[in-house]
Amino acid sequence: MPENTPLLSVRDLSKTYQGASGPVEAIGSISFDVRPGELVCIVGPSGCGKTTLLKCLAGLLPPTAGSVTLDGAAVTAPPKKMALVFQEYGRSLYPWLTVRDNVGLPLKARGVPKAERRAVIERAVEEVGLAHALDTYPWQLSGGMQQRVAIARAVAYSPEILVMDEPFAAVDAQTRADLEDLVRRVWQDLGVTVLFVTHDIDESVYLGERVLMLSSSPTFVQQDLAIDLPAERDQLTTRALPRFTELRTHVYEQIQRAKRGEAVASN
Amino acid sequence: MAAGPAPARPTSARPMSAVRRALASLGYAVGLPVLLVVAWALATRGTTNLYYPPPSRVLTAFVSTWLSPDTLVRDVLPSLGRFAVGVLLSIVIGVVVGTAIGATPWLRALLEPMLEFFRAIPPVVLVPVLMLLLGIDDTMKLAVIVSGSVWPVLLNTIEGVRGTDPVLVDTSRSYRVRGLLAYRYVVLPAASPQIMAGVRLALSIGLILMVISEMFASSSGLGYQIVYFQRQYMVAEMWSGILLLGLVGVAVAAVFQLVERRVLHWYHGSREVARA
Repeated sequence: MPENTPLLSVRDLSKTYQGASGPVEAIGSISFDVRPGELVCIVGPSGCGKTTLLKCLAGLLPPTAGSVTLDGAAVTAPPKKMALVFQEYGRSLYPWLTVRDNVGLPLKARGVPKAERRAVIERAVEEVGLAHALDTYPWQLSGGMQQRVAIARAVAYSPEILVMDEPFAAVDAQTRADLEDLVRRVWQDLGVTVLFVTHDIDESVYLGERVLMLSSSPTFVQQDLAIDLPAERDQLTTRALPRFTELRTHVYEQIQRAKRGEAVASN
Repeated sequence: MAAGPAPARPTSARPMSAVRRALASLGYAVGLPVLLVVAWALATRGTTNLYYPPPSRVLTAFVSTWLSPDTLVRDVLPSLGRFAVGVLLSIVIGVVVGTAIGATPWLRALLEPMLEFFRAIPPVVLVPVLMLLLGIDDTMKLAVIVSGSVWPVLLNTIEGVRGTDPVLVDTSRSYRVRGLLAYRYVVLPAASPQIMAGVRLALSIGLILMVISEMFASSSGLGYQIVYFQRQYMVAEMWSGILLLGLVGVAVAAVFQLVERRVLHWYHGSREVARA
């Protein structure tokens, strides 16, 4: 990565849990960089420690060894400049708060004045197409809409990096396609850096500018692949491109190799 | 189920008018009590037996005993006041201490076995001890009420705070929602269904202990009056006091349900959606 200094830098990160039957090595050693403004997807076989990796990145879980640096500062606690979207939207929104207050609570915690908060909330909720639902409760909305609320909350936080942990794993296919396009749009509109974790190979190729393929546990980065698809993506035409098929086949083969444990580290 | 701001309630296939529905639920609510009173009246018709007064005599005694300004001011209101203050103290102590214990793992490990021990002690046996320690005034009576009512609130708060969804905890941490704000908007609301269940228990325990605290070394209060009537063979008056206690219990339960519906509207709403 020559010209840009990385926004997020992960160096030799490893995580070993103390299990009941001795230590379990969840993450072997992971290193990668994310440059400002990139949209990077992380894809790996199931059980490869994606969630563990994310928790370490987000400062929610201390790594056993190695370091995470965000914008030049070591991450030891949840950083100000990072917003998270969790897979379990139903459990990461506060059911006792309306959509407005769910989006607003992190801003309140940061001390944003009320009038400004109101404006930021309304803009973010508008961005995800839920302006009509500001004063409803999350549980009155469909799963897809709830995940939009979580995205609005992340957007309103105005982070430098948006980290998403398999955010669309629990929604139906049609809603998922809409939400994927929403992520691309938010990324382009706001110029935010996005790190998107998924187990869905098609999704990683469709969304990403780069795809990081992880090995099975103990995890390392198996390949760092640039996605040379046009910037304007469309569910129909992009997915029909021969290049899309080539890339997804390549990623698919790598993941299959990872599952068989044949992989060799490459950078 | 009581009426409340419950959204998205499925409407029944055959719509009933609101008036008819209200009448029907009223009928169900008072039907059995009316039947029992009628049976009681029939069984005691024309009796002069001291021990089995007819409902009419109990009712007369009720009006003359408890609705006289004298008793109301001297006995009933102070009793209800102690009950209210005692339960309120139990809620405040239970929630504050319970939150601290629930949120602090080492404190929990240290205190929980002991709390179980104290909870297992029937509060009634503490009355003589508390009398020795605190005298026989209001402080002792409040202490008796709190000594029993605080436990369900305290233990449920600990459980509720500890049981906060880990995803919600991670969410709050990652968005740096901390300190008082986290307690106000995350920890307490998350624990509130369990806290409210504890408060419901605290109310009924508190009412019992209010009466008991007045049965020993006391010269006023509902409990004192009932025991006094008993000793004077004023059976109708005694029953009227028990009737009053029952009515107080019903009123307290109704108020609680109103409050609970308001505080937990999100909880009932989300559960209804999940069931649908």
